[in-house]
Amino acid sequence: MSGHPSTYEPKYGATKWIDRRLPIIRVGADFMTFPSPRNLNYWYTFGGILTLCLVTQIITGIILAMHYVPNVDGAFESVQRIRRDVPFGWLLQPMHAVGASMFFLAVYMHMFRGLYYGSYKAPRELLWIIGCVIYLIMMATAFLGYTLPWGQMSFWGATVITGFFGAVPVVGESLQQWLLGGYAVDNATLNRFFALHYLLPFVIAALVGLHVWALHHVGQNNPIGVSAKTKSDTLSFHPFYTVKDAFAVAIFLLIFAFFLFYQPDALGHADNYIEADAMKTPPHIVPEWYFLPFYAILRAVPDKLAGILLMISAIVVLFVLPWLDTSKVKSLRFRPVARWFFFIFLVFCFILGWCGAGTPDNIAIPLGDTGITFYRLSQIATIYYFAYFLIILPVLGLVEKPLARPDSITKAVLGDQPRGGSTAAAE
Amino acid sequence: MASKLLKSFLVASGALAVVATGAAFAAGGGTGDYKMVHKHWHFNGPFGTYDREAMQRGYQVYREVCASCHQLKHLSFRHLGDEGGPFYLEDYPNPNDNPYVKNFASDWFVEDIDTETGDVTERPGTTSDKFPAIFPNDAAARASNGGALPPDLSVIVAARNGGADYLYNLLTAYDTPKPADVELTAGLHYNPVMDGGKIAMANPLSDGLVEYAPIVREDEEGNSVEIPAPEATVEQMAADVTEFLAWSSDPKMEQRKSTGAMTMIYLVILSLLLWLTYKRVWRNVEH
Repeated sequence: MSGHPSTYEPKYGATKWIDRRLPIIRVGADFMTFPSPRNLNYWYTFGGILTLCLVTQIITGIILAMHYVPNVDGAFESVQRIRRDVPFGWLLQPMHAVGASMFFLAVYMHMFRGLYYGSYKAPRELLWIIGCVIYLIMMATAFLGYTLPWGQMSFWGATVITGFFGAVPVVGESLQQWLLGGYAVDNATLNRFFALHYLLPFVIAALVGLHVWALHHVGQNNPIGVSAKTKSDTLSFHPFYTVKDAFAVAIFLLIFAFFLFYQPDALGHADNYIEADAMKTPPHIVPEWYFLPFYAILRAVPDKLAGILLMISAIVVLFVLPWLDTSKVKSLRFRPVARWFFFIFLVFCFILGWCGAGTPDNIAIPLGDTGITFYRLSQIATIYYFAYFLIILPVLGLVEKPLARPDSITKAVLGDQPRGGSTAAAE
Repeated sequence: MASKLLKSFLVASGALAVVATGAAFAAGGGTGDYKMVHKHWHFNGPFGTYDREAMQRGYQVYREVCASCHQLKHLSFRHLGDEGGPFYLEDYPNPNDNPYVKNFASDWFVEDIDTETGDVTERPGTTSDKFPAIFPNDAAARASNGGALPPDLSVIVAARNGGADYLYNLLTAYDTPKPADVELTAGLHYNPVMDGGKIAMANPLSDGLVEYAPIVREDEEGNSVEIPAPEATVEQMAADVTEFLAWSSDPKMEQRKSTGAMTMIYLVILSLLLWLTYKRVWRNVEH
């Protein structure tokens, strides 16, 4: 699975016997000794954190599924029963719900890391694209899962999102009915959403396998974007990065635990504690925080179909990013102009999230008597979002003069001082 | 097709603003000049617990006042005697044996089927019963309440932006003078905490509506001492029933917070140890 020559040597009869037949121990051993660039910083710990998130969601999810009732008459009550009567249900149910938010928090950090250090560039295009597919399926899984508690926001969120499919020309209406299993969100919808919500995490797990395989085939990128060439450029994954990842995981768990134990409802909506009622539309239907930027893009144009296409494009553009960015330099550390455009991009992503939460006609930024409405602001931010990928990155790559890059990771770390000594320990 | 599109779009645009309202609410909210009272609840903060006596009085308010219209459908009687619940007793770890709980359960009538005849009968509740429905069905509930459906109260505190403060303010704000621009139709009442200032529920509380019993405790020498009950003012009853319903919305809060404290301590120590390990493993490695 990994792209480096194997150093594993079976010591015992049994391990030799196994190694000749199925070199599974070898794969594990090579994974642990995988040569990783020695200069990886904490932004590179999110891969490990995300694996933990996926495992947590799957384990808590399977236990919840044992107690959950996927039926419109029993779903809401079964969640209450889990929280009140099922042993440790009071812990597992919020862990799964808060865990979804934490998963997205980590995936966004992971993606911004990739954007900043140019991790999508050759030879890591497939690695990046598999990551984008994982992200897409994560969004689908989160949406399906949010429907299951069958609260008001579950029901109306599902109604709004599945309504998008109705906007597809010609086949829209029948497509929407096919997805829902009827004319509206109802028991058939809940049942299939439950089945798919249970299925997709395992698809994600399989894709994570491919993602890690691709990573080990091409090797990790690193903050300077200069590939590891010599042995002194790298460190064995274990113990150097297992311990660094473990520390980062512990800090991440502290944040997770804070929300789980002290603010379990802060990332959700009060309306979802009201049982779904098809006859009563809540005054405001708003997606979970991790969808807000896309929601703002959706609402940035007055036409529904155009809005949906724009929202889909916002994700599709990530898939073709490796070919949009024309610069040969990976890391933005050495791209003084692109760097600032990236930081502005980051700010606009937050602004989009803010706009997604706001009422379009309300004033976001007061200027004198009037001001800029959330609607206008979301348009400005949407334009920048797309301009960053479609204009700024392609053009900058051609016109920007990058800074001088170090020849190797070792040089970047040690400067020009003679080799040896301090690096020896690592080898 | 076009009208369907329009309709879906209206639903989508109806989607437009929860947080803005939430923010407005947090900022003081409601209609007119009404200022939200932010109470210091016993259960606030990382170590907050429910005030047991307030919850017990709150149950009395629920039983004597709210329960004429509102159900607690996700609660069973036995929950009242659970650890962290209003009537938990150390001597009765199984709440089904708890004398208070048994007593409260038998105070209600629940529907059952006579196994001999198959007829629908009524019998006194037992600890394992759920709190019974107040009305036979939603239509009956609406018919008795001028067309409005009294919401279930089991998770009402969690189901409203503002939580416990929202409920307390709702119950105490009825005497706010109605601004001229709020027009009420028959069956509606003015309440500044509601969206638009209109509520179907008439003011449920008035001073002295319930009679709180004094609490009898044994002091160190074994003499019974009577602790006088607080006066049943509107504010007192509102605060008590809010405390009870906050527990009902989040009955495992105390357990969660105490587990949380231990988890946080554990994770802080773990992080520290891992950081030291990291420093040691990397001590001779330039990076």
